[in-house]
Amino acid sequence: MIPQEFVLFFSLALFCIGVFGVLVRRNLLFILISIEIMLNAVAVLFVAASHYHNSGDGQIMYLLILTLAASEVAVGLGLLIQMYRRTHTLDVDRLSSMKG
Amino acid sequence: MTEELTLLFSSIPNVLFVIASAVALISAMLTVTRHNAVHALLYLVITMMAISLIFFLLGASFAAALQIIVYAGAIMVLFVFVTMMLHQGESTIIQEKQLYQPSKSLGAAVLCVILLAETLFLLSPLTGEEPINLSIADTAANVSGNIGAREIGLTLFGPYLLLVEISALLLLTALIGAFHLGRRHQESEL
Repeated sequence: MIPQEFVLFFSLALFCIGVFGVLVRRNLLFILISIEIMLNAVAVLFVAASHYHNSGDGQIMYLLILTLAASEVAVGLGLLIQMYRRTHTLDVDRLSSMKG
Repeated sequence: MTEELTLLFSSIPNVLFVIASAVALISAMLTVTRHNAVHALLYLVITMMAISLIFFLLGASFAAALQIIVYAGAIMVLFVFVTMMLHQGESTIIQEKQLYQPSKSLGAAVLCVILLAETLFLLSPLTGEEPINLSIADTAANVSGNIGAREIGLTLFGPYLLLVEISALLLLTALIGAFHLGRRHQESEL
């Protein structure tokens, strides 16, 4: 059996890499990719909990995360294409027309 | 510490877990720091596959298969198609190099390391000398901990039936939203 603290550390490290990506990148596509990485980190935690408690509930939550990620990517990429059509760039700092 | 290290390398699944998690972390780090979107997506596929191996090692074979099919397959195809539509070759990479300079990301890196250290410190009762969840882990060690597709199906369409309907609603909403957003409106100045 894999020690649970190492799974925990892996999941947290992966989540922090995702946070780092969201903080650092200004390209909307890379921000979406970083959000995917963070969702995956949480999914690892759910599957690990399902393993250590020997119940299927964690994997059900993993299925929900999978559905959520698919819908999030579809809507996010739709927004990305719309943004590129209007501004011809993916720089999120250009979306400042609502600034007072 | 040496005790933990020997525990870590005590069996073949543990060694495989260490290798897979190292691959996943390194390729995730490469994903968020690449300038070329296609390279980043390929590294992201490697991350997904390493995570799938970790799921397999955790006894979740169904989740491992889904990770490959849905993440590395379907979601990545969406990303790659959008990248193909928007990628303009060299000019995009030059523009991206202006948007993201690795030398200026030191502050964010420090913040993330602080966040990781803080979370590990808060969870140290779980990971320290006296793991409070050890009893659960011990009882789970007696049984296999492997949960296959059959158990998942029985749980999903038994007590969690409402979740299936919520997922259907969520996917329908996302479909309508993506269709509406992807439509070509009349060009308005932004």
